[in-house]
Amino acid sequence: MSSVYESLVEIVGGEHVSTQAEELYIYSFDLGTTEPHRPDYAVAPRTTEEIQEILRLANREKVPVAPLGGGLSLAGLALPLKGGISLDLKRMDTILEVNEKSRYVVVECGVSQGQLTSYLERHHPTLMHSEPGAPPMATIAGNMAIHGQGDLAHPYGFNSDMVNGLEVVLPTGEVCRFGSCSVSTQWYTNHPLPDVGLFLGWAGTTGIITRVSMKLFPHKSIVGAGQFVVKDENLIPEIIHKITHTEMVHDLVAYSQAIPPFSSGLHHLTINLSADSEKELAFKMELIFDDTLGHYIRSGDGGYLGFNRGLQRPQVSKTSDWRKGGGFEYVGSIMPVETYPDCYRRGREISEKHGIPYTVLGRVIGMSHAMMFSWTYAFNRADPETMDQAREALHETDDLVLELDGAIWKPGTYGQKLVMERMDPNTLNLMKKVKQLLDPNGIMNPGNWEVS
Amino acid sequence: MTLAEYKYADTIHRCFRCGYCKFPVNWMDVNNCPAYARFRMETYSCGGRLWLTKAWLSNEIDWSEHLAQILYSCTACKNCEEKCPLRFNVDIFNMIQAARAEMVERGLVPAAVKEFLENVQRHGNPYGNAREGRGEWSQETGIEQYQGQDYLYYVGCVGSYDTRAQQTARTLGKVLLRSGVSFGVLGSEENCDGNEVNALGEETLFEMLAEENVRKFKDLGVTNIVTLSPHSYNAFKNDYAKYDGSFPVLHYTQLLRDLITDGKLDVSGGMNARVTYHDPCFLGRWNGEYDAPRQVLSAIPGIELVEMEKNRESTLCCGGGGGNFYTDFLGGSENSPARIRVREAATTGASVLAVACPNCMTMLEDAVKAEGLEDKLVVKDVSEIVGEVCGIG
Repeated sequence: MSSVYESLVEIVGGEHVSTQAEELYIYSFDLGTTEPHRPDYAVAPRTTEEIQEILRLANREKVPVAPLGGGLSLAGLALPLKGGISLDLKRMDTILEVNEKSRYVVVECGVSQGQLTSYLERHHPTLMHSEPGAPPMATIAGNMAIHGQGDLAHPYGFNSDMVNGLEVVLPTGEVCRFGSCSVSTQWYTNHPLPDVGLFLGWAGTTGIITRVSMKLFPHKSIVGAGQFVVKDENLIPEIIHKITHTEMVHDLVAYSQAIPPFSSGLHHLTINLSADSEKELAFKMELIFDDTLGHYIRSGDGGYLGFNRGLQRPQVSKTSDWRKGGGFEYVGSIMPVETYPDCYRRGREISEKHGIPYTVLGRVIGMSHAMMFSWTYAFNRADPETMDQAREALHETDDLVLELDGAIWKPGTYGQKLVMERMDPNTLNLMKKVKQLLDPNGIMNPGNWEVS
Repeated sequence: MTLAEYKYADTIHRCFRCGYCKFPVNWMDVNNCPAYARFRMETYSCGGRLWLTKAWLSNEIDWSEHLAQILYSCTACKNCEEKCPLRFNVDIFNMIQAARAEMVERGLVPAAVKEFLENVQRHGNPYGNAREGRGEWSQETGIEQYQGQDYLYYVGCVGSYDTRAQQTARTLGKVLLRSGVSFGVLGSEENCDGNEVNALGEETLFEMLAEENVRKFKDLGVTNIVTLSPHSYNAFKNDYAKYDGSFPVLHYTQLLRDLITDGKLDVSGGMNARVTYHDPCFLGRWNGEYDAPRQVLSAIPGIELVEMEKNRESTLCCGGGGGNFYTDFLGGSENSPARIRVREAATTGASVLAVACPNCMTMLEDAVKAEGLEDKLVVKDVSEIVGEVCGIG
């Protein structure tokens, strides 16, 4: 029995540490195409203090630590690429505070998106957070750590733009707080103190986020989704521009997919609206579907498919069963909205080349400031050939993103390498210095964002 | 057996491990898989078990006692099947059951499971108690041996042997007597229904039990069965037809509801209590019966029926299913599902936690003690509540 194991047992208790083959097997897998990487320990802490002790131990013993939230990045970002500790953070699942008046929530890092959605629905029905399209197991903090976006991305931007404060355990074990919580008991703002945003988008390589304060937004009593469809992908950027100009929509997504076959090649826009009265809803619907989109309908370029009240929760997992094989992975990117037509055409070519039904989607971020565009590739986990096809398609798509002047969102190691090859050298050097300063022994999620 | 020979070889890899299976319907927490709630390691989630099963059958990992415990920690509650959005969800427990069957076949089950199965084989019950004592619970109750009455009152192993559950069995018997129901019991002639044996993967023993029970029921001219336990109800209703045993079967809450509706059971005496009801998995998720117990409780004047946040399809299992009431792979922690469940019950402000299953009764009553909630919360079977209302102790 190693001294590391014994120390871990002392920190979190024997039931929450394992070196047994079963845990090491399960924690070696990502849900996407990344090859498995076996940890030496699977550990599930409950408190910030336990994480501090684990990181001190890891530093002392030079043991890598790979933090794991919901494990749903699909890009292998939470895999122990260099062994060590797979740190499952989902036991830290307390919703600590909801401030209705200042509209924020403070959560521990293992709180899932689903848990928060449910909590707000039951206890604070006038509030909502920007829920990503991921399954409900995805965690709030994990989503922050990869610059995620959700269903309020159009009006309010990235979820990481909604951070009011963070508690982070540094790789060397110190706890730091950022935002108003660093000077007061309140977690209501991330500004105006000096910006030390070193933890968002770093995929856990600079520290472990243990608490997050996140902005909440008004949840109106009536919600629904309108569907609009066009054949010509070249119309999508201008339609998005016009719709966002109204400032009336709370989520705007354009997508196209090969399944079902009858709608292959069509481009659907899901336009989510919310209102607190029928009058408000009627006004918004008229503004969007008559005044803004009416021209396309009258010219025969577009079709209004109707408006459904209530929002169906996303069940993205169904994509994993398209090839009856329990798997899919996608390349996400942050792209200018005007690249939608190219993204669609080129992505479709890649899919068809690899014999994979194409699925592309663009979610508007901000007032058309950008979109998260994704290309999804389903595979059959029992068929290595389809996994290879998907992997190749993903790599080609990573290349495509950069070719189209985009930025890869939450890239895996292949995409990270591409990004760093292109990155401004001074920026890259700063990243290296920051990493060396915060993580002198290189224990935090090594293999990710490693500047050579 | 290799993966290729496994009945679900074409399905088991389809689990994406997205995690819906951990949630109740409203997503309020990730504790609705009892084994995951207890250990909070991915291995103990539904997806973890499926991936490990595939890994074992593919020789990617070796069998171990730990692997066996992980597979046997599943309580067969079907929360995963209810919540999984994928089309193969109806086979999730079947996949676990088939893996367990392989472990049984190879003699690789945990010691507690082996003991359970041996006891059933030798004594007709998991406790290893003598068969002759199976009917002792009914002494001095006036309950008759079955001799062609309208109903066979089938009590099951827990109701027959567990001291606390015996009280429930007696009370239900007395309520049925009071209602004028024509029924009898098998007493020491009763044998295990095999529901848990089946869930534990011992297919041959289950087959023997089912065939023997069907033969006995037919020889005795059984026409209708009413069961104390939802586990027995499930076996008779869903599994015995394969063995030519299609007997009309009711769970006792369904019979009590009908008796109240027909005016044959008078509950007008009422009871002043705030009551919350815990759905047993084998009555609820396995058989879709959520209403009958609530209708019985709601018919009693003075009872204020309050729901726990997780109810019906979202009920958190007590942790006793799939033989775990005996094997106890989920015990010994404040995160044991039964303890979580009684804490959930206590938050409703109810003074009575109503159950309709002897397994749930024993699991939750122990949990109330472990949580120190004895002064606030009493676990009572629905039949006992009816019995109290009717002045039957």
